[in-house]
Order: sequence, then C-alpha cells, then structure tokens
Amino acid sequence: MATKEIVGEEIINDTLVMESPEPVRPKRMILNMGPQHPSTHGVLRLQLELDGEIITWAKPDIGFLHTGIEKEFEAKTYHQGVTLTDRIDYLAPLSNNLCYALAVEKLMQIEIPEHAQWARVMLAELTRLNSHLVWLGTHAIDIGAMSVFLYCFREREDILRIFEMCSGQRMMTSYIRPGGLALELPRGWQHRVKKFIDVFPSRVDEYEDLLTNNKIWIGRTKGVGFIPVEDMLDLGITGPMLRAAGIDYDARKAFPYSSYEKFDFEVPTRTENDVYARYLCRLEEMRQSARIVKQVVDGIPPGRFVADVPNMTLPDREKMKTQMEALIYHFKIVTEGYRVPAGEVYQVIESPRGEVGYYIVSDGTSKPYRCYVRGPSFGNLQAVPKMIEGTLIADVIASIGSMDFVLGDCDR
Amino acid sequence: MPFEEMKSHPDADALLAANPEYLTAVVTDRGETTLIVPAEHIAAAGRILKSQQEYVRLSTVTGVDRYPAEPRFEVVYHLLSLSRNTWLRVKCKLPGANPEIDSLTGVWRSANWYERETFDLFGIRFRNHPDLTRIMLPDDWEGHPLRKDYPVTGTRV
Repeated sequence: MATKEIVGEEIINDTLVMESPEPVRPKRMILNMGPQHPSTHGVLRLQLELDGEIITWAKPDIGFLHTGIEKEFEAKTYHQGVTLTDRIDYLAPLSNNLCYALAVEKLMQIEIPEHAQWARVMLAELTRLNSHLVWLGTHAIDIGAMSVFLYCFREREDILRIFEMCSGQRMMTSYIRPGGLALELPRGWQHRVKKFIDVFPSRVDEYEDLLTNNKIWIGRTKGVGFIPVEDMLDLGITGPMLRAAGIDYDARKAFPYSSYEKFDFEVPTRTENDVYARYLCRLEEMRQSARIVKQVVDGIPPGRFVADVPNMTLPDREKMKTQMEALIYHFKIVTEGYRVPAGEVYQVIESPRGEVGYYIVSDGTSKPYRCYVRGPSFGNLQAVPKMIEGTLIADVIASIGSMDFVLGDCDR
Repeated sequence: MPFEEMKSHPDADALLAANPEYLTAVVTDRGETTLIVPAEHIAAAGRILKSQQEYVRLSTVTGVDRYPAEPRFEVVYHLLSLSRNTWLRVKCKLPGANPEIDSLTGVWRSANWYERETFDLFGIRFRNHPDLTRIMLPDDWEGHPLRKDYPVTGTRV
C-alpha cells in the first residue's frame, strides 16, 4: 500500500492530555489516502479521520489535475476547442466531443444529417462500453479479483481499434466535431463493428460468471456504499449511481439528443443502492449499449457525414479545387474560424459516468466567450464523505470504486 | 437580440406570486429559459423554486465575467426538475467591486463545491458558505484565472 500515514495533531494533543489528570480522549488518527494511492485512480486525496477501523470524518481534496481547460477554451476557436474536450475525460473522449458539438450546433441552430447522428450514437455507445470495461476491470482489481481486468482489456482493445480505424487515434479522437464528423466512416466499418458486437453480450456473461455469484465479491460489495436517495439528489449525483438507487433519470430518455429517441433500449435501474447494485446496473447498461450499436449497424440511413453549412463546415477537397467560393470559405474557416451567433446554451448528455453539461456563452465572434464544463465526476465526488463516514476503512476502496470517477473530468 | 417575455412562464409566475421583487426579467432563447433574479433575493428564490416548482437538482453553479462592462459578473445556476422534466437557468448580476452573493448550500447541498469553484476561479464570495476555500488551485495562489483581466499565458500585466 502506498498509503502514507501521518500522525495528526490530535495525537500530539493526546500525549499532552495524558500528562494532565483529565480523562484521555479516544485516540483518533488522521490518515492521508492519496494523491498517489493506486486505488484512487488518479490523484484524489482523501483525508480520513479514524477511530480504530471506523471513519469518523472524511474530506476529499481535489484539484491536482487542474489544467485550466475552461480558460484555454476562451483562447481557441470553436473548431480548435474540440481537442480540449478529448482531454477532459480520458476514458470517454467521444462523449465529451459529442456534448460540445451539440452545444455549438444548438448555438448555430443547425441540423446535421441523420447518417452522422446515427454514427455519433454508435460512437457514444462504444465509448460507454469502453469506459465501463475500464471501470469493471480496475474496480475488480481494487477488490481483489485480478483476472477480470485481463478479460475487460481484451474487449476494450477491440473498441480502441474501431476508434483508431475511424479517426486514426485510439484515445484522443476529436472525431465528433461541430457540424458532423471529422471524416467519413471508413470502408468496412460495419463488418468490423458487427463482428465485435455479435460476440460482446457473451463476453458480458463471462464477466458475470466471474463475479456475480462470487462469494468474495458479494461479501465485499453488498450493502456497502449506501447513500439515501434524497441525499443523492441533493448532493447532485448522476449516472449509474443514481439509477442504482431507483431513479430512472437518463438524459438519453429524458432529453433525447442525436436521435436517441429512435432507438429501442431500456434504462436499467436497481433499488438496493449499494456497490453491488451499481455493478449490476453498469453490466446491464453494457448489454443495452450493445443493443443500440447493433441497431445502428443494421439500420444506419445513408447520407453525408457532415452538415452542408458552407460558412461552418470545411468544403470537400474536390470542390476546393474547382470552385472559388469553396476555396474562400476553406481559407476563412481555417484562419479565423467560423462565427457563432451571440447567445448562450446549456447542453447535457448522458456520459458513462453521468451527466456531462457544456454551458457555452458566445459573443458573436469565432471564439467562445465562456465555456463551462460540468463534469459528472465533480458532482459525484462531493458525496464521498456522505458515503464513507461511519463505515469501515476497508470499504472505502469498494465505495469510491463504485463511483467510477475520472480526475481529469473532475479537475479540468 | 433574444426574445423577451414577462408572462406565462410557470416558474416566473411562482416567483412573482411570492414577491414581485424576486424577478427582473425572463429571457427565452433557443428553447432555453433564463430567469434573472436580483442577487439579494437568490436564496429566497432558490427555496421557492425547489419547494414549489420541484427543481430538486442544482446541476451547476458557475460565473461569467463581462469585463469591462458593469455589472461585471454573472452567477449562473442550472436547475433540473425530474418530475416536470425541465431545465431552468437562473442568473444573478454582481458588481465588479467586491462581488458577493448569498450561498445556496442551505437549499441544495450540491452548491457547496460549485460555489467553491466559482470563488476560486472568479473571486466571487458566497456569504454563509460553510467552507469557502480554494478548491482547484493551491491555497496561496494569487488572482482568479477565469477573470477576463487574467492572461491566458505569460506573466501578469
């Protein structure tokens, strides 16, 4: 364990107290968990006050990964901003691309072709699978089931290969852009995705075989990490955690975007509201995502991958060589960027971790005046003290693992 | 110019019914509604929106710096009602000198970190906040990076 123990002030005080005739207070220890602890998945620091093995007080300390992305948005054009959105949540870059693109499109008030919308849905759902697989693998390792990780990363590799095939990048894809997609979907994508998605549900069964009825897994996760539902809403928790508490809020159903209303899928919910319920919820979400991807592969309508808005989207290469206007637009878009009408929008989508929101204020120029990013990890991490205070220190790992946070998303 | 209307919005009506001073304007733009509330009444207005209009979730709190215009700062709240399935944006305007507003932590506990973040990056102070300290930057950091007079790169001018 890389945990560093710090003998806190309390103990120093206690030694002073012991010399006096007054009764000795129970010994409390302040334990610093992180920021380099392997199971905090990044640089989260937790200050825990312990009474024996019970946590009496907890305080998360964040900000170690703050890189000023929101400030940087203001210095970049809308087109350049896409690359920043990748780097916010490194496990779900395409979800962030999508939310940003939708917000800019809402400001511009343009509609993008249905073909591109369906392709976006597929990519967003593959991203959800990718993120949930990393979560499952690392969460299982934290709790002690080593082999699940290897199986999860086997499937994740297939997904990353699909991303690489589409965008040329495995992780920082920048593939979904305002106006549509960066490139046309590559030749043979349907075959590749279909091959993956046909076997994937059986792979989820494999994970279930390893964990769902595993006595150690059940012992470590059932009844752990409980938060009352009212507190969850009040503290702003979103995503699978909220659904495992019985609230079926999912932005894909509540505020459909990118033609999600045309797909047939369910929002899995549980009522137990513990780490085990969150695990079951996420596994079921993976099956539902696979269903959506299958519907896209089978029924994607033909069309263009990008909207035809001359002053916003880059023209075709062929047109640039033959038409004067196309060349002028290309030059203007690349040099000064496209102008976005003044106004403000708040766009939310359902990312693997919960609700991602982009609040963009435009002043009519080609750079955002203000771009605020609501990361789901930031909202969820606020509830850590509520979840772990009064519980055993051994359960902290399982509890915070079930939140599935990404510190890049939290600190921005 | 966004289209402005002052009537027939249920949330606006609820605020006006409680006290006509709770609301300055209603702006509807691109299908999104913004209520502009005087800064001194934000806590009372928030309480009404939560209890009467069922906005159970406070999604975000953030700021916008309109430097050099006056009032310089805007504090922006996004609220979600699960039962009515609607979003609402509430905005307060604050002066550039000593920007201060009541904290909403007493209404929605999720305001806690968002207000700390806004304080950290904009320097807007939230009255009655339980723990108003920097959250993103180190405690000894000077300045508030998201203000428009703070440079993106290089040394401070």
